[in-house]
This record gives sequence, C-alpha cells and structure tokens, in this order.
Amino acid sequence: MNDLLSTVWTYVSTRPTDAGWLGWLLPTTIQALAVLLSLLVAQAFLMYFDRKVWAAVQMRKGPNVVGPFGLLQSFADLFKFVFKETMIPASANKALFIIAPILTFVLALVGWAVIPVGPGMVGADINVGILYLFAISSLGVYGVIIGGWASNSKYPFLGSLRSAAQMVSYEVSIGFVIITVLLLAGSLNLSDIVESQDRGMGMLNWHFIPLFPMFVVFFISALAETNRPPFDLPEAESELVAGYQVEYASTLFLMFMIGELANIVLMCALLTILFFGGWHAPIPGTPLDNLPVFWFGIKTVFFFFMFAMVKAIVPRYRYDQLMRIGWKIFLPLSLAWVVLVSGLLLAFPPLAEHFQSWRG
Amino acid sequence: MTFAAFMFWVFAITVVASGVMTISARNPVHSVMFLILAFFGAAGLFILMGAEYLAMLLLVVYIGAVAVLFLFVVMMLDVDFVEMRQGFLRYVPIGGALATVIVVELVLIVAAWTLPDDDAIARAHPVPTAAETGADPSAPNNIEALGLVLYTDYVHYFQIAGVILLVAMIGAIVLTFRTREGVRKQDPAEQVARDRATAVEMKNIRTGQGI
Repeated sequence: MNDLLSTVWTYVSTRPTDAGWLGWLLPTTIQALAVLLSLLVAQAFLMYFDRKVWAAVQMRKGPNVVGPFGLLQSFADLFKFVFKETMIPASANKALFIIAPILTFVLALVGWAVIPVGPGMVGADINVGILYLFAISSLGVYGVIIGGWASNSKYPFLGSLRSAAQMVSYEVSIGFVIITVLLLAGSLNLSDIVESQDRGMGMLNWHFIPLFPMFVVFFISALAETNRPPFDLPEAESELVAGYQVEYASTLFLMFMIGELANIVLMCALLTILFFGGWHAPIPGTPLDNLPVFWFGIKTVFFFFMFAMVKAIVPRYRYDQLMRIGWKIFLPLSLAWVVLVSGLLLAFPPLAEHFQSWRG
Repeated sequence: MTFAAFMFWVFAITVVASGVMTISARNPVHSVMFLILAFFGAAGLFILMGAEYLAMLLLVVYIGAVAVLFLFVVMMLDVDFVEMRQGFLRYVPIGGALATVIVVELVLIVAAWTLPDDDAIARAHPVPTAAETGADPSAPNNIEALGLVLYTDYVHYFQIAGVILLVAMIGAIVLTFRTREGVRKQDPAEQVARDRATAVEMKNIRTGQGI
C-alpha cells in the first residue's frame, strides 16, 4: 500500500526537463489536488475528533446524530454554512471584507506544499522549506487584521488588534525555537530535518530529547500563534462576542474556520517534523518500520489530540499575562537556548559530529 | 515564452502596478495592502533569480513584521481627507522642486551607468550554485554560500550592522520608556508562591454574631 503510494507520487512528480507548460502544469496540478483533497477530507474528521474529545472531557456525547457515530457531522455543517446567506455589512469595506477569509484559507493550505509526509513524498522539496513555513505562518496574521478592520465595527476591530499583537509576539519565539532545531539538523530543508533524526536509535534520536524545553515553548507558542485556547483572546466570546469573526456569516465564516483548523494541523505537522522524527517509526526494526505516511499521520493526529485536550482543560489567559509569557519568558528562554546549543556545538566538535552523522 | 519568463512578467507587472497604487490609493489601508503586494512580487522576482533565501527573508521580515506594524499604525489613524488636502497648493512648489531634483539625479545615474562585462552577463543569466544545478550535490547551496561570505569576508560589516540595529532598538526603547508612578504591578512569582497557610485565614464565627 505504502510502496504503491510512493510509486504513484514519484511518477506524478517527475517532470520531463523539456516538457514546456503543460508538462509542468499538469503534474503540479495533480499533486496540489491530491494534497488538498486528502487534507480537507482529513480535516473534516479532525474537526469531528476535536469536538468528540472536547465532549468526552466534559462528559457529554458530542456530535452523534448525522451518520454512524455522528461521523458525517462536519459535512452537515459544511452544507449548512454554504447554503446560508452571505451577509456583508453595509458600511464594511467590501473588497477587503471578502479577501480576508480567502487569505486565511489560502495561506493555511499553501503551507502544506512543503510538508514531507514520507521520503520524497512532498509537493515542493525546497531548500528553504522551514523558512517558507515560517513566512507563511507569519502571513496568517493578515487575514485576521484585515477581517477585523474591514468589518467596520468595534468588536472585530479590537479582536484583530489583539490578535495582531499576539501573533507577532509569539512568532519571535517560534523563530528562535526553529533556529535551535536548524543548528542540530544543519539544514533548512524539511526532508533533511526529518532525516537528521534517524541515526539508528528510533525515538531516542528525535530532537524533542535534546531540545525538550524548546519543544514545550514551541507547543505553547503554536497554541498562541493559531489563536487556540487558552490563547484565543482575539475571539474571546465573553468580552468580544466572537472577535474578528463577528460580522462574518456563511461561506466566508466557513473559510475562516477551515483556515484556522488547517493552520492548527499545519502546526501539528511542524511539531512532528521538527521534534518527533517526521515519518520515522519510534522503534526501528519492527514490521511497521516501512509505513512512513502512517507514522507521520499518527504523530500529527496525536499532537492534534494534545491541542484538543489543552482546549478542553486549560482556562483562558488574561491578555497581559499572555504578553508577559511571550516577551518576558519565552523570548529570553529561547534566545538563551540558541546561544547554548550553538555554543555547545562549537565547543565540542564530537557533539556536532554526532548530530550531523545523518549526512553519512 | 517559457513558464519562468511568463512568471517574470507577472511578478514584474505586479510590483510596478502595486507600487503605483501604493502612492495613488485614496485609502491609506489600501495603500499598505498594495505595498504588501509589491513586496510579494519582489519576493517572486528573487525566487526567479535563484535567491530563494532572500525571497523568504523578504516575506518574513518585511511582510511578516514591518508591514504588520505599518498596517497597525495606519488602521488606528483617524484620517481626515479634507484636512489632508488643505494647503496642497502651498506645498506644490517645494514638493515639485524636490521631485525634479530626484528625477534629474536618477536620469544622470542611469545615463552614466556602465556595467562591467561579467556583471552584465551575470544579470542576464543568473547562475545557480553547483548544488542547485545538481552538478555537485556536496557544494554549498544558496544559504551556505551566503553564510560563507557573510561570516568570513564581510564579518565586520555584518557585526557593525548588528550593533547599529541593537543601538536603534535600545534607542527606541529609551525614547518611549517612561516610569509611571502609582501603578499597581503584579508579581506572578509571588502570586504563584502563595500557599494555603498564608492565603487562608480561619475564623471561628459564632452563630448570630458575625465577624
């Protein structure tokens, strides 16, 4: 099954050098569609999973009406949203009001172009993959700011200002955490970063062990970056109704929702790639060793489960506390770790050799 | 026309058109949006030139941080267009003079510009590094090549630039920092360190008497 997948993918991704436009466009379109379709279908079920986890923590049943065990609930929601009337407030800035959710949606999906789900199974295996992802996630803030401003209403505007400050603050520490990983892996290519965590000892080689504090910082920053509870202050319903989404309805709201979810799943995939060995099996040498897509998927879903549990368990932060954690704790901590890691790698060449041994 | 050439025209036209729109748009928020679009086009052009690292830095630094701050400030402004146009005629002479000087300077530069032969060839055909063409996979790629010159030949310039940025950052903080009197601040460490013994006081209340 897995061999078949990778064979098909390799076949699709080989482009003849003199193919011209069609020879370039056709395989690229097929690749993009394959990634997007599987991603969006997976997201429908992840949404259901999220709600079920949340319900289980609160001892409710969760969605259980549409389809067997309520599995089709997300699709029912989708149709409900699509068939509602699109409402644009009379005093809203029409063009930007429509662009904002589209921007969020598109940006959340284009990040998946560089995510390697298996050896060689990646849309674009670019040298600056991690920087690309960092750039894409830092652009995500625009959807929120523009949406809040274009609504021309006080609650959305306050929500968008909050979120702009919050997302920009946490990007800084995410950047430094990524740098510590890059120092160990010695490459900005995501496939290389995954390969660098395979030095023959399974999960003992994964970066979350030498970089454990950074893993925690990244996880919490990812929660803040994606406006996930306990940091969902841009849409804190007790203060701002629904933050920047107040004026949105129908398909435009749906786009915001799917975009946010896709961003969360992207962050889970990034956690998997940076700290948890990507597509590698935790224990090498078992028959399950050769199932890269399975391992990648299961790790990503595990982190999604962690995100859902955090949402269910942790109460919302106050805004000044959120800013304090970002600037006064995470920033110095991650900066110190960058200095520490690079200093150790410089001072002890055998250590650097050990981490670079994957290059072979 | 190859796909790369087509994309070059797409990006180039985007940059120029959104540059024009940046200065001609009525709404300042729209101006910032077009500025962001111009940055995007420039990043695309960098990628076409093979400078992928610079393209990503442009995205992260300019669009991800600088333009967000622009947008932040511009959105908060309460712009009165009538007031803004007041005195337009009064400023026309000095503005026109400045513009003329700049245009003349630009024309002079372009007229006197001669490219060394190597440079002209390099401009016409951007050269990918050996690692990127696949000729020598162990050769340094884009980022490594940049790092190899930045931290060796140009290390002093690099560090001077770093110090200048640091000074600018400290300067900005010093200029805006004001110690305010009478502000009640929280000490989270102290709050966390509180335990039941210090936080709770047991009172023995008699029925009907209160405290």
